[in-house]
Amino acid sequence: MGDHQCPKLAVWKFASCDGCQLSLLDCEDELLALAGEVSIAHFPEASRAMAPPPYDLSLVEGSITTARDAERIHEVRKHSKTLVTIGACATAGGIQALRNYRDVKEFTSIVYARPDYIDTLATSTAIADHVPVDMELRGCPIDKHQLLELISAVINGRQPNIATHSVCVECKLRGTVCVMVAHGQPCLGPVTQAGCGAICPGCDRGCYGCFGPQDTPNTDSLGKVWLQADRQPDELRRVFHNFNAAAEPFSEAGSKYGQDDHS
Amino acid sequence: MQDRANHRFVVTRHDFSMLLATLRERGYLLLGPTLRDQAIVYDEINGAEDLPAGWTDEQEAGQYKVKRRDDNALFAYNVGPHSWKKFLQLPSLTLWKAQKTDNGFKVEERDEATPRMAFIGVRPCELRAIAVQDQVLTGGDHIDPDYARRRKHAFIVTVQCTQAGNTCFCVSMGTGPRAEEGFDLAVTEIIDTHRHEFVIEAGTDTGAEILARVPHRSASEADWQNAQSATQRTAEQMGRQIETSGIRELLYRNAEHPRWDEVADRCLACTNCTMVCPTCFCTAVEDVTDLAGQTAERIQRWDSCFNSRYSYIHGGIVRPSTRSRYRQWLTHKLAYWHDQFGSSGCVGCGRCISWCPAGIDITEEVAAIRANDGGGMEQGRKTNE
Repeated sequence: MGDHQCPKLAVWKFASCDGCQLSLLDCEDELLALAGEVSIAHFPEASRAMAPPPYDLSLVEGSITTARDAERIHEVRKHSKTLVTIGACATAGGIQALRNYRDVKEFTSIVYARPDYIDTLATSTAIADHVPVDMELRGCPIDKHQLLELISAVINGRQPNIATHSVCVECKLRGTVCVMVAHGQPCLGPVTQAGCGAICPGCDRGCYGCFGPQDTPNTDSLGKVWLQADRQPDELRRVFHNFNAAAEPFSEAGSKYGQDDHS
Repeated sequence: MQDRANHRFVVTRHDFSMLLATLRERGYLLLGPTLRDQAIVYDEINGAEDLPAGWTDEQEAGQYKVKRRDDNALFAYNVGPHSWKKFLQLPSLTLWKAQKTDNGFKVEERDEATPRMAFIGVRPCELRAIAVQDQVLTGGDHIDPDYARRRKHAFIVTVQCTQAGNTCFCVSMGTGPRAEEGFDLAVTEIIDTHRHEFVIEAGTDTGAEILARVPHRSASEADWQNAQSATQRTAEQMGRQIETSGIRELLYRNAEHPRWDEVADRCLACTNCTMVCPTCFCTAVEDVTDLAGQTAERIQRWDSCFNSRYSYIHGGIVRPSTRSRYRQWLTHKLAYWHDQFGSSGCVGCGRCISWCPAGIDITEEVAAIRANDGGGMEQGRKTNE
């Protein structure tokens, strides 16, 4: 542990709930092995001990919602050899990107006793909108197996196995009966990127789309299927404008089914 | 087997349970249909008590629903979300594992212990699908050793179809509803108000030997006629059909048909059709290492031509559009499978129709192209990919 030859790992937080960095601490069984292979140089949520830059691998959680963070991310990029965004906030702006469709001042006036203390940007944007990103892990939160796969790949100098196809593949690999076809449940699986192991369909629920759009998402066709199954347009707007509201295919799809003009 | 007429027997419902118990006693792992998650899936079963007695299903494009029957028929359902390929060509398989050593690496010995599997309830279309996969995975110069090992030990109990589903089209593909060969035992379930029994035909010596251990009587001409007419009725109930005459040429000359654009508007590129297809055999390999870099593994898993990365070669993706992927899938299945493997890749099971969330129907797509053969192509296609 702390071997100077180990790659230096840093974990950064922007606008987020911390759930994704917790996935790293949640690696329980693998945590000791991980600590043996990387030097945890900057991870305020786990340790007060912080080593100075540069860093070999930076995991960035959260979106950019303040002017200060818009500056800070450039510092992080400058000090990081490989920068990986983790989670829906960092990769797509997160749930807080719902503000992008509304007036943020209206939100702050409702939420905060002293909205004048709040200094925030009008939008929540993905890290890649500000600096070049080397790789991304999707999810709300990310999947710890994907996180370990990515770290292993970076350490060992190989490509990580991070699929960009639909969740349906994962359902089929695990033998899960299609909840949409057999149970008539609305499911975003066909347009959503795999990586979670199809957790929700495995528990007999439709996919919520927390891993964001797959690489060839046909949101129009899925929307038609939902509408034919008597789902309401407003429901479609809300499911697309969710954790990945600002991911382009979901952003466009949601806007097609209505305006985000009421709370 | 010679003289098949002498290998036809009748087994009662009670003794049918014994047949499965006998297979188990002989060391076979019983795999068969069972009710789970509101569907009839294939899984490990303990015996006849796990079969979906009294259940059937209703299917349409993009729809599947199990329904209660008013009898206790064991096999009065149509094919469901699973196919036997999940036991023969595993969804995920470690091909090799290696340990780092002081001088290079050492590939670990593989545990090649293969269960002796007994497939209970293989439908005639599925039997053909297994034959198609046999040809693909073991018929050429490069044999898939894992598939071959699993397949070699499989004991097949076919169940002839006594009802057709709405999405079935085996008659037009020439694969059912009655199988004539390729099974160890072939069962026709006969159920009415005063009897519940099984007319069973032995297709191999192993099949005959297993059957000999179970109480049975020889099938009379009337029994055999009963079994034959049950499947004959099924043939008349086919939900769908594909006109297969000249289908290769039809699809080849319609590679630029506007219907490909139209179907691409509906296709979700989700892979469901290929994953449920009993003949789709494509896989991807992934190399993984552990954190310490001490072990490496190569894992093979089901892949699909509907995934963009499936057609990735250095420099880019060959089939970036859904249009090109759907056309590739359907044309491979129905046309150039003939050139490549000497048969159709489609067995008419209808799974791709039922399990497509968007309800895309392969029979409808082919019919649309045939109805407008060569049509609209002078306008050219929308995109070039």
